[in-house]
Amino acid sequence: MILRTERLSRVVDGRALVDEVSLDVREGEVLAVVGPSGSGKSSLLRLLNRLDEPTSGTVFLQGRDHRELPPRELRRRVGMIMQTASLFPGSVADNLRFGPEQRGATISDEAVARLLELVGLSGFAERDAARLSGGEAQRVAIARAVANEPIVLLLDEPTSALDDRSKRDVERLVRDVVAARRLTCIIITHDLAQAARVATDVLELRAGRVERIGPVKEVLRAAYDLP
Amino acid sequence: MLRMIFPDPLRLTLAQAVVASAAAIAIALLARRRHIRVEKDLALALVRGVVQISAVGSVLLLMLRGPGWLAVVALGAMVLAAAATSSRRAKRVPGAFRISLQAIAAGAGSVILIMALMGVIDTRVTTLVPVGSMLIANAMNANTLALERFRAEVASHERLVETALALAASPEASVAPYVQSSFAASLTPAIDNLRSLGIVWIPGLMTGMVLSGTPPVHAALYQFVTLAMIFASSGLTCLVGTTLARASAFSPAEQLVMRASAARPAAPPRGRAAARA
Repeated sequence: MILRTERLSRVVDGRALVDEVSLDVREGEVLAVVGPSGSGKSSLLRLLNRLDEPTSGTVFLQGRDHRELPPRELRRRVGMIMQTASLFPGSVADNLRFGPEQRGATISDEAVARLLELVGLSGFAERDAARLSGGEAQRVAIARAVANEPIVLLLDEPTSALDDRSKRDVERLVRDVVAARRLTCIIITHDLAQAARVATDVLELRAGRVERIGPVKEVLRAAYDLP
Repeated sequence: MLRMIFPDPLRLTLAQAVVASAAAIAIALLARRRHIRVEKDLALALVRGVVQISAVGSVLLLMLRGPGWLAVVALGAMVLAAAATSSRRAKRVPGAFRISLQAIAAGAGSVILIMALMGVIDTRVTTLVPVGSMLIANAMNANTLALERFRAEVASHERLVETALALAASPEASVAPYVQSSFAASLTPAIDNLRSLGIVWIPGLMTGMVLSGTPPVHAALYQFVTLAMIFASSGLTCLVGTTLARASAFSPAEQLVMRASAARPAAPPRGRAAARA
């Protein structure tokens, strides 16, 4: 297992946002996390790269308790893409170089060009990040996360703020990037059809607890009577 | 006119205070006609101001007759009071009192000490306490501005900060732009004061020195010295304050805890797991 959680919980102001969630994620698996608003999907994701601290339970990355890893090393290996792409001021290339620069590494112009080609934005390196469309910005955010060479990618509803066309493009891109880089991926989505298209497995959360987990077809069929 | 009526200096000063207060009250009453009600706050502020400044005058009088170390005690008490005031205004910054106390003590305290040792500030109680209090008061204002601005910047850029953290940036790197902007903003009044000195305003210290018979050129130069010291102590205070505020914005596991929403998580388990954090 590349990622495992053991009775993972987070309680804020007396309310359990994540309640004793135990799950195993295999290498190369694409796990879609579904559930109604407020069911703890984003809260769970934030515990996996330790942006928030669990109240109890723990996360194991490649068998190691995540508290044994320096937070920055954990976050480099478990990349995250937020719901809306928050790009830093500067050029697209500046954004792509941000992650590697944090550990003293530099990426060449060629590497920047390859990353942009991967996300379908060839020639965008010197564009002002503030002037991109929502779909383009999300593509840059994906390339920026990939530039850090993670082994697990967390995506928090990456298409929810996009129009239908950009949504489909970004969804396709996620599938391609995950396959090309052999990434393990956990993606939050409200869209069950998207989960069916993108994921290999589905985790359904309700009130912070695991309602169902398993292969995508089984879970969606059992839960929502999907064919 | 008052000088003719009150030849005694103490009575003259009291009469001047009454006339100046009457002018302030008249303005408050004028404002009342426009439905702006400040008279209650003004009355309280005037009474409080008279009591406080009279108390300071009395303390200074006692100090003049007491040993020199009393000045150090007085300045220490001022630093404590300044830290308490600053932390009340920047209360949404975690550990605001501790940060303010350390920042003001380091900023104003070290500048007062160095300048006193070098002979820039006269070590007589009558000079050390008033000049020191000016440095402490300005350091307090700069510290409050810096802390509040830093908190507001981090809160309004929460997503960018967490994006940087998620990309394996250090806490220092993830808030670097907001440390810079809050530092610059908090020093703007001190820089403006220096820039406009003599053109827009003639500060109180210089006015007082001229009125007490000091040659105007000497008074002007000493005023410049004071403003330069204010800039130095405010700058050092902000540097220490923003550095400490930055540290308080993150948990030991490099998670952002200085948030716009102040929901409080339950404490994580103690012991082995916590020790690894």
